[in-house]
Amino acid sequence: MTDQHHGGPPGPDLWDEETPERLYVITGGRSASTGHRSIELVSLVVTQAGPDPMTPPEQAAILRLCTTPLSVAEISAYLHLPVSVITVLLAELQGRGGVQVRGPVPIAVLPDRELLEAVINGLQRL
Amino acid sequence: MDYRGSEPEGFGHESAQETGGPRREDLLPHTAAAAVKVVVVGGFGVGKTTFVGAVSEIRPLTTEETMTQAGAGVDDPSGVRTKTRTTVAMDFGRISIDERLVLYLFGTPGQERFWFLWGGLFEGALGAVVLVDTRRLEVSFDVLGRLEERGVPFVVAVNAFPESPRYDVEDLRAALDLPPAVPIVTCDARAQDSGRDVLLALMHYLHSLTTALELT
Repeated sequence: MTDQHHGGPPGPDLWDEETPERLYVITGGRSASTGHRSIELVSLVVTQAGPDPMTPPEQAAILRLCTTPLSVAEISAYLHLPVSVITVLLAELQGRGGVQVRGPVPIAVLPDRELLEAVINGLQRL
Repeated sequence: MDYRGSEPEGFGHESAQETGGPRREDLLPHTAAAAVKVVVVGGFGVGKTTFVGAVSEIRPLTTEETMTQAGAGVDDPSGVRTKTRTTVAMDFGRISIDERLVLYLFGTPGQERFWFLWGGLFEGALGAVVLVDTRRLEVSFDVLGRLEERGVPFVVAVNAFPESPRYDVEDLRAALDLPPAVPIVTCDARAQDSGRDVLLALMHYLHSLTTALELT
């Protein structure tokens, strides 16, 4: 048993061990398919309440990361965990009021004109 | 998105292995309320990562998923089918549109099996940019067909590699069997303004589709 299991998030060497078993442990065996479709790749996540000593390390890492809005994809990249795992962790955090999830702009068949005009204006400023 | 390390994109792309979190200059303002996405699709080596990196305000990041496949068992003398796990990586970037709206760009290969890994990669996307290399037009056929099937609006961006043959736009349209309305633009995937113009072409195209829909 090493010290890595006590306190704080695991070191970078542990993050790299992408074994299915490890991911299963992190998510507590829950899967993304159990209905959290409101959380997707470009949902923006903002921390509402910081981690407490009981918060599991991966969830604590998310809470520390999202003090300003970050997309699910960015959280996945920074924590080196698949989006499918991040989604499960976020659903739990959201349930406890730990994070606010700002859903993507809903797109019907086609995006609406005002949205497109906003994007066009933004791109023209690049 | 590619098998790690197998794509010779090579231009200005650093492995986006980040630790810790975003750099101070990469933080979004608290007012960021919602995001939209555009998917950049193209074959291996066509310049997706380069394109994403050139227009992105952050250094491109990578998200990974694990794909499990039944192996053919070629190396296995017993002939037992083995399962292989492959890590598939998808690169993405970000553009802040204004204080409330953020645009994300995801680079993905054309094979549908990758799209499922990030369930709903195209769901809710504004549209797609199909990046093509005129030296290998044939690899684009399947992608274009699949996007049409899914009803994802797209523009075609020809990444003008110096050694690529130049074609007239209408010849390309005929070769790719594209309807007259679909924009075809030439770009240099390494240049920010060129990538921005491709995205603008997509937005103007979407705008025209929306306007046409409203008139019906």
